[in-house]
Amino acid sequence: MHSMFKRTAAALAASVALAAPVAAELTGELRIFLDTSNPAPRATMEAMIERFAAEHPGLEIETTVIDREAYKTQIRNFLTADTPDVATWYAANRMKPYVEAGLFEDVSDLWAEPEIADNLASTKGAMTIDGKQWGVPYTYYQWGVYYRKDIFDELGLSEPTTWEEELANCQKIVDSGRACYTIGTKFLWTAGGWFDYLNMRTNGYDFHNQLANGEISWEDDRVKQTFANWKQLIDMGAFIDNHQTYSWQEALPFMVNGEATAYLMGNFAVAPLREAGLTDDQLDFYQFVAINPDVELAEDAPTDTFHIPANASNKEAAREFLRFVVSADEQTEINNGANLGQLPVNAQSSVDDDKFLQQGFTMLSSNSPGGVAQFWDRDAPAEMAKVSMEGFQEFMVKPDNADRVLAKLERARQRIYDN
Amino acid sequence: MTIAANASEQESWFHRNQQRIAPWLFLAPGLLFFMVYVIIPVFQSFNLSLYEWDGLGAAEYVGFRNYEDLYWEWVDRDAFYISLKNNLIWLILYLAAIPAGLFIALFLNQTVWGIRLYKSLFFFPFVISQVVVGLVFTWFYDPTFGLLNEFLGFFGMGPLNVLGDERFVTYGIIFAGLWPQTAYCMILYLTGLNAVDPEQIEAGRLDGAKGGRMLWHIILPQLRPATFIAFVVTIIGALRSFDLISIMTQGGPFGSSRVLAYYMFEVALSEYGFRMGYGAAIAVILFLIMLCFIAYFLWSMYREEKGH
Amino acid sequence: MFPKPIEKQPRAAQITYQAMLPLALLLWLGPLLAVALFSVKPAADFTNANYWGMPSSFEGAFNYGQVFFNSDMPRYLMNSFLITIPTVIGCVALSTMTGFALGIYKFKSNIWIFFMFVAGNFVPFQILMVPVRDLTLELGLYNTKTGLVLFHIAFQTGFCTLFMRNFIRALPFELIEAARVEGISEWRIFWYVVLPLMKPAIAALSVLIFTFIWNDYFWAVVLTQGAESQPVTAGITSFNAQFRAAYQLMSAGSIVAALPPVAMFFLMQKHFIAGLTLGAVK
Repeated sequence: MHSMFKRTAAALAASVALAAPVAAELTGELRIFLDTSNPAPRATMEAMIERFAAEHPGLEIETTVIDREAYKTQIRNFLTADTPDVATWYAANRMKPYVEAGLFEDVSDLWAEPEIADNLASTKGAMTIDGKQWGVPYTYYQWGVYYRKDIFDELGLSEPTTWEEELANCQKIVDSGRACYTIGTKFLWTAGGWFDYLNMRTNGYDFHNQLANGEISWEDDRVKQTFANWKQLIDMGAFIDNHQTYSWQEALPFMVNGEATAYLMGNFAVAPLREAGLTDDQLDFYQFVAINPDVELAEDAPTDTFHIPANASNKEAAREFLRFVVSADEQTEINNGANLGQLPVNAQSSVDDDKFLQQGFTMLSSNSPGGVAQFWDRDAPAEMAKVSMEGFQEFMVKPDNADRVLAKLERARQRIYDN
Repeated sequence: MTIAANASEQESWFHRNQQRIAPWLFLAPGLLFFMVYVIIPVFQSFNLSLYEWDGLGAAEYVGFRNYEDLYWEWVDRDAFYISLKNNLIWLILYLAAIPAGLFIALFLNQTVWGIRLYKSLFFFPFVISQVVVGLVFTWFYDPTFGLLNEFLGFFGMGPLNVLGDERFVTYGIIFAGLWPQTAYCMILYLTGLNAVDPEQIEAGRLDGAKGGRMLWHIILPQLRPATFIAFVVTIIGALRSFDLISIMTQGGPFGSSRVLAYYMFEVALSEYGFRMGYGAAIAVILFLIMLCFIAYFLWSMYREEKGH
Repeated sequence: MFPKPIEKQPRAAQITYQAMLPLALLLWLGPLLAVALFSVKPAADFTNANYWGMPSSFEGAFNYGQVFFNSDMPRYLMNSFLITIPTVIGCVALSTMTGFALGIYKFKSNIWIFFMFVAGNFVPFQILMVPVRDLTLELGLYNTKTGLVLFHIAFQTGFCTLFMRNFIRALPFELIEAARVEGISEWRIFWYVVLPLMKPAIAALSVLIFTFIWNDYFWAVVLTQGAESQPVTAGITSFNAQFRAAYQLMSAGSIVAALPPVAMFFLMQKHFIAGLTLGAVK
């Protein structure tokens, strides 16, 4: 009895010490800008901030949620004027302009702390530029093919693993009067996802990076091969019509109504699909098929991040907030199925039981030997991303324009990387 | 004592020169605002167009490189060429608002019960934000449920994806823009028609003029001031077209509905943009096009002032 | 009158005309009525592809309730008022003075200054975008309603000056000369003689500027970014992103955003049209 009390007391003391690593109580104002404007993620983030606020009653926290698309243009403004203390953004090349302009705070000190160094090692690379870390990740998610299992069953199809199986499956789906894939390319990036997968499966992960870095001509035969593979799908009617008019959300109903059987998308598509009435018996997931057997499988898994702007006024509180966000418990909580429904970045966190998250986690940790890319528009410089994705969209609508599109992208490459 | 004398002397100096000084005092605040926010920025943009600047770091002087790039985009039939071409289409087709407005004005220019309410309701679209107009027409054109395709389907035609087809998209957006613009021209003409001299009409009727001839020879000359203003506001509206494109297509599909005003914004401030100098160069081109019209407008006004 | 007055035409023509009026109106406002119809439909109608039929249940109260109590819409609306009203006041204040100066006094550069205002008013505002944005950032007014108001006042001064100057030109100049003979100072002439005569112009201009500013989208996007300062035109795009594909809510939101200028127009119709058409009649 006595010894047990002692042990409990010791454990209690230890946990108190862990929970409150900062001796001085945080005060002042903490302004947080979020781009999580969709209802579910928004609620998740707001709840998380409330828990943080409860631990730091002295802090006055002000949260601003900006529309996700608008945020991408506004970040340049608020990093230089009217600057918040914490802001969401994306990893890898997408944060480069701000790092180079000195607008993000170097947070290598946080990454030196054992709690973060030990548990976030897998994402450290994506947060590193010039050997320093410029923010922390808070979630990442797999991409892949979400499909209507019930329709596959009805047509007697099984999950494909090779390009031949993929094409055969798709032919049967088209013959049944459906489209194989729904997609909405109005905002372009969805076409970037398709390009990424076709290109990484045709030419590999390293090629993806070289292309994004402008080291390879767009008129290279390997790029043409990627487009030729893509054209096979387009020509057989694999994609829904009029995709250039829809946003990714507006393309969801085609899958829900069964007019299209699958969606190449990030895991965030699962929540609205379920909301629209698809059960887990109807909805399933498979990894994008191999195309060129000689290249290793590589995946897109975009990482969303938190940063401290260099002009922030309450950096001490901001650092504490970053620590809080990546802590094992918070990571488990905000990424669980009821919240973001994505993968936690902390190795000590547990992945939700959700079947899609489990599959995604397994896929990324054991079946992506080639590497993990961020996403086309996060790996390529912004300007190239814009021109190229516009080209992808044009190609998807008019596959016969391939050569013209590639010539245009090559011209753009020579101009953009030249500077 | 001397101070007081000085003061009164000053006051009388002010008094004597009051009529020369007063206009400048009245002008000062307005002129200051206008200079700071409008006139000086125009020149700043000219200057900026010679630089390369991402809005974050330091600007780098590049001479006419931005214009050179624009030239090559023109040669290669890229974004700049498409924007300029679309601007031209806008300029020409947007003018359809003038005859359309005249037509509706003539249609409504009657005195029957409730006509005033009809006139107001017809004017409605002009008061609504272009953002809302854009949304309304996006749904109107929607390939799955849009009213347009329901309508075409009724005649066994379609379906047509207006906003998703690079051949139709610009025309589709212009058509949406014509809706409020026609309402604007209509109201200008309705007021103009109120002031038409009935005696001249009677004289015309006696001469056997009616219908088109009457309109052309007797009514239209009297509507010249209305036509002039309709022309001015329509040209300006066409060259400024931004809201509708931003709401309806974001310049898509694959950039085929861009105009200079939108392309400029896209290049300078959008998600993948921030080439401030390049954007400024596009704005300068747009400004120079507008300058032709501004010069014409001012010249017309100048003649009128002289005539007074 | 032209065309031939309908009451002087055959009975058949009269009836056709009377019948065509509402039909034409229905056609003209069709797209808008569609949005109004959308805004009272339940969400289920859209998933069941019942786009154009009767609403399966009337959900107007619920949809508009969502807009008012479950979104940032009220804040955006408030912002719009807080941006529009000060702009109207500022523009009227500045332009009555500039209009007075250019309309009454004869001095050498008069016509050039006047033309500068007019030309500036015609400028494509994209050319101002980058410098004005930088200026606003430097002043620390980026993403504030004040920043937006200051720019709007400045830019609208061009149009307002044109308007006011032409109006003052048309006033009887003898009044001013008589006042001058009496030795009344210029400021007092402005305040006591001219200003009272300008009331109709001020009313017309106010309504007009209200509509212009309320409907501005471009500058709202360039100079503001969040719910704390964005007016409703920019807010509605965030609103729509939040409720994408929820057509009933997007419709209700659009109607709410469009209402204030429409109300303004109906209340002040006479002034509005007088303002728009100044110069359209000689």
